[in-house]
Formats: sequence, C-alpha cells, structure tokens
Amino acid sequence: MKHSIYADLFLIFAKIGLFTFGGGYAMIPLIQREAVENRRWITADEMLDVVAIAESTPGPIAINSATFIGSKVGGVFGAVCATIGVVLPSFLIIVALSYALEAFSHLKAVQYAFWGIRAGVLALIFKALIALFRQCKKRWFEIAVMVFSFAAVALFSISAIWVILLCALLGIILVRTGKVKA
Amino acid sequence: MILLDLFWTFFKIGLFTFGGGYAMLPLIQSEVMSHQWMSLDEIVNFIAVSESTPGPFAVNISSYIGRITAGIAGAVCATLGVVLPSFLVILLVARFYRAFRHSRTVEGAMCGLRPAVIGLIASALLSIAQQVFLQSAEKSLPAVLTSAAVFGLMTLLSFRKVHPVLIIVLSGVIGVAAGYMLGL
Repeated sequence: MKHSIYADLFLIFAKIGLFTFGGGYAMIPLIQREAVENRRWITADEMLDVVAIAESTPGPIAINSATFIGSKVGGVFGAVCATIGVVLPSFLIIVALSYALEAFSHLKAVQYAFWGIRAGVLALIFKALIALFRQCKKRWFEIAVMVFSFAAVALFSISAIWVILLCALLGIILVRTGKVKA
Repeated sequence: MILLDLFWTFFKIGLFTFGGGYAMLPLIQSEVMSHQWMSLDEIVNFIAVSESTPGPFAVNISSYIGRITAGIAGAVCATLGVVLPSFLVILLVARFYRAFRHSRTVEGAMCGLRPAVIGLIASALLSIAQQVFLQSAEKSLPAVLTSAAVFGLMTLLSFRKVHPVLIIVLSGVIGVAAGYMLGL
C-alpha cells in the first residue's frame, strides 16, 4: 500500500483529537510525542514555536497546531487533512451526544445532576482564572487592562469583541512606543 | 438564513478567541445568548459535557449549537465557522512564523490580550456565579448552601489537581443526592 503523508496527517491528528479531553494545553504533550518524537514532522525547537504561535493567534491551540504542522509537512492540503483530523472526532461525538442530551435532559435526576454540576463548573472556571492570573505579569498596565475589560463587560455590557480589539490595539501602541515592555 | 448566521457567528467567535478554552466564554455568552440559541444554564451544562468529551471547547460547542438549531448541516456550518479563522491565520503565518513570533506588534497585541482575557473570564465567572446562586435561592436556603458547599469543595479539589472529569462526576452525584433529599 502506498504510504500517503496526507492519510498519515489525518489519522495522527484524529488520534490526538480523540484522546485529548478538555482540549487546550492538555493536547501539547500528545502532539509533542506524535509529531516530534514518533513522526519527526517537526523538531523540538519548532514545537516551541508552534505553542508560542498558537497562543498568539486566534482559535483553539489544537486547531492552530494541527494546521501549522499539517502545512509544514504537506502544504495547504496537508493543513486541511490535519485540521479535519483533529476536529472530526469531537464533532462526531458531540453530534451523537446531542441526541442523547435532548432525550434525557427533562429527567428529574439529570436536572439535579446538572444543578450540582453547574456549581462544580463554577469551581473549574474559578481555578482556571486564578491560574491565568498567577501567570500574568502584574504591572500597572496589566492590572488596568484587567479592571477595564472586566468592568466593560460586567458593568457596561460592552461586547467582548470590542474589548479584545481595544486591548490588543492599546498593547501594540504602548509596546511600540516603548511605554510598556513586552 | 440560519446556516449562514451560524457560520458567521462562530466565525466571529473563532476570530476573536485567544488562548482557547474558557477565554471564549464571554464571547459565547454574548453571541449565543443574543441569538437565544442557548440559555446561560445550558451553556454552563455544556461546559461540563465538553470537559468530559474529547476535543477543544470551541469545536464541541459549535457542533452542539449547530446541531440543535439546524441539524447536521447546522453543525457543519458552525464548526467550519469556528475553525476557519485559525486555519487561515495559521496558513498565512506559517510561512514567516519566526518573524511573526518576534514581531513587536504581535508582542504588543499579546501584552494587551493576556490581561484582557483575564478580565473577560472574571466577568463570565461573575455572571455564572450569579446564575448558580440565584437559581438555588429560588429553590430554598439548603439549596444555596449545597451549591456553596459544592463550589467550595470542588475549588479545593481542583487546586489539588483532581481531574476536571472527576470534579464534574462528583458534583453531579452530590447534585442528584441533594436534589432528592431536599425534594427540590
């Protein structure tokens, strides 16, 4: 059988998509193992670049890394194969699950379970928030941006899109003029 | 045209989400709730589903909302929408990624985005907390105390690095037990 790089990209990223729960950073060790160690599609150095670029471009890290590695190995078509691969497992599972959710969501026990779960999810988001806050620099600039973006959405109901655009622009201006160090 | 609306809404969500995961919550909240595709309760429920199934939150929630509002075609359009911005941006960047990575403009944008995302998640957290506790308050005082206890316990456990799926399962079990015991 002819060995196809495209089929390979699709299958490996489907495997990565299938075995990463919760997405995000959980996926990086798996990508590292498959793309760097097993397949040698990219070097360990390039993997660091992938993570840095995934962080500073829009969208989930999983998609960014799949597209990046796919395009490096197999051009645009490679990128398409890797990206479809990483998306397809979650897509199929969620579509199947959506019917079950609809069928069972009216049950009393399920409603009780989700009532408890919502308090648990609140804890998960709280934990994620604290973790992000600890990692972030805390100079006057960062604190001001945090307060501003919180107040803009929570108090003044400004769209998150405008807040994101404005804060990115502010960062660009202040870093480029040397007022704030990157 | 619902399919186009799904595609475009999730395209915007994909384009303006940095860092993935919970960073997209405020956007999902404003965009999805303004279309009335899902209530805040349903979004929070779905976070739990997404944590317990493979793949990124973005893909999971777009597939789900697409499916419940416009069937399989809806799921395809919404997911395509959320994926396309990252796909296109990365294809563009992949050619000169070293220059991109060390560009002062990108560094500057990230410098503003990182704290912005924290403020945005904090505002999402606040609205979800209000929802969780007000809803329990409508039921009874013991219900509020149960929600507070679950929140406290699960916060403790998640800082002890207990896996999110286990936290969700435990919260669900407590919810069912308390629900029947309190007769909510």
